[in-house]
Amino acid sequence: MAGRIDPMEQFLVEPVLGHRLVLFGYDVSFTNSALFMFVVFGLLFVFMAGGLKRQLVPTRWQVAAESVIGFIDNMMQVNIGPEGKKFAPYIFSIFMFILFANLVGVLPLAIVPHLHTFAVTSHITVTAVLAFLSFGIVLAVGFWKHGLHFFSLFVPHGAPGWLMPVIIPVEFVSFMVRPFSLGLRLFVAMTAGHILLEVFGSFVVQGLNAGGPLGIVVSALSFVMIVGVSALELLVCAIQAYVFALLTSLYLNDAVHLH
Amino acid sequence: MTDLGAMYIGAGLAAIGVGLAALGVGNVFGSFLEGALRNPGAADGQQGRLFIGFAASELLGLIAFVVAILILFVVK
Repeated sequence: MAGRIDPMEQFLVEPVLGHRLVLFGYDVSFTNSALFMFVVFGLLFVFMAGGLKRQLVPTRWQVAAESVIGFIDNMMQVNIGPEGKKFAPYIFSIFMFILFANLVGVLPLAIVPHLHTFAVTSHITVTAVLAFLSFGIVLAVGFWKHGLHFFSLFVPHGAPGWLMPVIIPVEFVSFMVRPFSLGLRLFVAMTAGHILLEVFGSFVVQGLNAGGPLGIVVSALSFVMIVGVSALELLVCAIQAYVFALLTSLYLNDAVHLH
Repeated sequence: MTDLGAMYIGAGLAAIGVGLAALGVGNVFGSFLEGALRNPGAADGQQGRLFIGFAASELLGLIAFVVAILILFVVK
């Protein structure tokens, strides 16, 4: 059907400008996903480089950077306590990377032809790696600090002895599901948001193509919906980044204090 | 009913689960707001738990969405 707009096409990972690079049978071309990860890294670098000054009367940029750092430090303090300070750099990196990656993906730069931003976190490959990184750090901290006593995490306090054969498998499964749920939450939130935006965008375009009064009305209403959904998407981007960092800090608290 | 028709009906049924998740998320935020109106001073301290509750209920709704996507795009 002519003019069919496919909402899943925006998630295609393909080599930038078509330069495919194959080494030893593996495709290691520089994809648009890798390009936008570099863009996110560049933006983050500029933000921190401009904000990490030490003036006594801070500039606005310094205040912005310091307030984000203070936010993460406070979250560590509340969720993990004094031992949480050493995890703050990792949680900060994860939070800022996911936040900037989400926001870059929602940027409406496509008004300039061929300048479509790519949402890096809309692929389960990326979010699953981040989630397993967090889970791996939780396991490493747990086993480093407590050794084999770490397995007492699956035995909650005050549970009666006869309940153990039921509780221990349930706790174990719910523990092992954690990395999958972390990655899946971020991935589906971003993918669903982008599909929603593309579907409403296609309504605007197809309404204008159809012409006539009904087409114009559909276009106008869909445009209003896009503005609303974009505002919601900005909120969801920030919330999903915050939830990822918050849950990682909660899992670290579980590993550091075994209950 | 053809196989393709059955797939589409299945995906539509799976998407009903997402609407149920909307109920769940609304419940979490609504309870928080109700409590915050009674005790505004204690509201800011509990914001972390609000987002934990939101994440948990949203995740289960997103799993229903994933089932719908699996049926539409992965099942041959």
